[in-house]
Amino acid sequence: MSNPDPISVFRTEAAELLEQIESGLLDLTRSLDDRAQIDAVFRGLHTLKGSGAMFGFDALAAFTHHCETAFDRVRKGDVPATHELVSAVLSAQDHMRALLETPNGDHDAMSASLLDNLHRAVNGAGSPAPATGALAAAPAPVEEAGGLREWRIRFRLPVNAMANGTNPLGLLDEMRDLGECMIVADTSGVPALDALDARDIHLGWDVRLKTERPRSEIEDVFIFVMDEMELEISETAVTRPAMAVAPVEVPPPTPTFAEREAPVAQAVNDSKQAKSAENVRVPAERLDEMMDRVGELVIAQSRLTQLAGTAADLGLRSVSEEIERLSGELRDTMMVLRMMPVASLFSRFRRLVHDLSRETGKEIELVTEGESTEVDKTVIDRLADPLVHLVRNSIDHGLERPEERIAAGKDAKGRVVLSARQTGGEVIITIRDDGRGVNRERVRAKAETSGLIAPGAALSDQELLQLIFHPGFSTAQQVTNLSGRGVGMDVVKKTVEALRGAIDITSKPGEGSEVSLRIPLTLAIIEGLLVRVGDGCYVIPLSAVEECLELSLEDDLRSRGRSFISLRDSLVPFLRLRELFCTGTQPDPHQKVVVISTGSERVGLVVDQIIGDHQTVIKSMSSLHHDVVTFSGATILGDGSVALILDVTHLVAVGQQQEAQLRAAG
Amino acid sequence: MTAKILTVDDSASIRLTTRVTLSNAGYVVTEAVDGVDGLDKLKAGEYDLVITDLNMPNMDGLTMIRELRKLPAHTGVPVIFLTTESDGELKAQAKAAGATGWLTKPFDPESLVRIARKVLGR
Repeated sequence: MSNPDPISVFRTEAAELLEQIESGLLDLTRSLDDRAQIDAVFRGLHTLKGSGAMFGFDALAAFTHHCETAFDRVRKGDVPATHELVSAVLSAQDHMRALLETPNGDHDAMSASLLDNLHRAVNGAGSPAPATGALAAAPAPVEEAGGLREWRIRFRLPVNAMANGTNPLGLLDEMRDLGECMIVADTSGVPALDALDARDIHLGWDVRLKTERPRSEIEDVFIFVMDEMELEISETAVTRPAMAVAPVEVPPPTPTFAEREAPVAQAVNDSKQAKSAENVRVPAERLDEMMDRVGELVIAQSRLTQLAGTAADLGLRSVSEEIERLSGELRDTMMVLRMMPVASLFSRFRRLVHDLSRETGKEIELVTEGESTEVDKTVIDRLADPLVHLVRNSIDHGLERPEERIAAGKDAKGRVVLSARQTGGEVIITIRDDGRGVNRERVRAKAETSGLIAPGAALSDQELLQLIFHPGFSTAQQVTNLSGRGVGMDVVKKTVEALRGAIDITSKPGEGSEVSLRIPLTLAIIEGLLVRVGDGCYVIPLSAVEECLELSLEDDLRSRGRSFISLRDSLVPFLRLRELFCTGTQPDPHQKVVVISTGSERVGLVVDQIIGDHQTVIKSMSSLHHDVVTFSGATILGDGSVALILDVTHLVAVGQQQEAQLRAAG
Repeated sequence: MTAKILTVDDSASIRLTTRVTLSNAGYVVTEAVDGVDGLDKLKAGEYDLVITDLNMPNMDGLTMIRELRKLPAHTGVPVIFLTTESDGELKAQAKAAGATGWLTKPFDPESLVRIARKVLGR
């Protein structure tokens, strides 16, 4: 069995520790005297320091050591936990992340300034900051490399050491193993013969040892005798190199721990840590590889099913059915492996909201719901940025200042609710606030000035709100620090659509807004509607399909030139895929219309035949086809032929554009 | 017979390093994530040596060894602390609780093997 790389294990572990520390600190901001959290933060820092030093993250270990020391003082009640201290350690914790990610980067200035803050937070303003040299005091003793050096070791064992099983001769032998020794016994403590107990030790030893081994190995010799003995190890001046290159005297690892009390039994219930032992960590790419194999298996299986279906062999059929069942189960199991609870995504927002609340002076309560909802890992990774943007938006544009809220008869504290829930093959994530809602007039004015709509154009409320997602649209009259970071709602929308999801917004003036994201549970497998256009088969993602209907001959004829069908009193534009794909074939006598939608916009696709539903693995298109916008990918059918997957978003946009042109033409 | 070692640490990376180091040296290594887990495993099996961290969630190393020494069957198993602490007072407490040795983190894997050999005599 090959072992994982300890450094990468440490990195993962450190990232988790940092999250734990952060979450503990955030809990502390709510109740500063929460003993359990103080202990948890201390322990996190402590482990991070210890393991960091173990795996060569010296800068991280040294920096963390200072934070740990500060928290140790809080733990022991020497200094109170204050908001300043918690904030200082929160900022420091961000820096630790940087030290973890780029251990060789230039962090000294940042470290010094953060420690300065920390120092002030612990000791109160006005106290002198520690010398920046303190940074150099890594808790890991520096091991000087190589070179024959001479050490002087003086030790004296407790009188009863032999009764405890310590053999001084063994110690001397071990030192001889390290190098050339000159041993002198100090007999001054030996009493007169009549007072002598043969089981007692009265001797002391003075050893001069020449060795290339580091000091720690000499210390190891005495490791079992521990503190009861007197031990002095020093390097003799004779063999010391010139002063300029003399090894720096490293202070003892934890100087402030001198009067440490015994750690009390910590009954903190840290179930997360306990659980982790039952889990196996697997690199994500191995899961991806396995997903590919399973995908291929599903394809091969559907070919087998097709073959078996046409064969008369009953035995083959039953085996084929068995394999169909097994591969289906395997696929489902595989999907579950890739699922992660959205809690990991939501947890980072507590920090964001905490920071934003301080920055904006708005009082904010973050409520998260449905954290145990599970989503594909890729979805979680890609949703992080859009969600940050949406939460920022809610806080920056949506929530009012406390005085405004009170004047409007609301609670001074604004509420942002992040919730996730699963419906069928989709997960719905909503960001809801109880702020002022979207300012319609401002949206309209902005859209008019930027030429998105004609002045005074009649738009439904929903259409007006949709303008927010238009590229380059931003309603903030002044670009603020929070939202004005160059990412607009259009980028959010694009990211969501790239995940084959949809975004929608509802908003009531004065009551708040809600943005909801509908994301498929997995990206790797698609539930599709297989259709035929001309001679080719195409897949339409089933999640986008609203309904299918027949395009009657009259409708077809009537709508020539103006491609609309009337669907329950509303006109829906449609596209003839046969024309779009230039198949050059005659239309089927019974053409069908598949109505697809992205949120509020709909378009019909005219196809020759609807073959049925088809669950399949998505293959992305090669880089040669990256500019093909009509298709989002490809899939392999049971008979081995390829079917292209239609890009719903793009087609809806084309349809809507066509509608707009026709409308403009009158 | 191959000696069995239990390593108790809340840090996965330290557990990994300890396990790999000691397995390469020919020992059979079992891992535990904290004092409670360590104690459970000690009660359930026989170990020739325990290597434990001091500061852990749920139950720290000192409490674990004190609990362990109360069990008649486990009064003799040698225990080595592997910890970032190097405070004399703590070491004395560890010794009083029945610890056999003390190794400070960051540790040199070779010293760990050397100590294991010394304690186990093999």
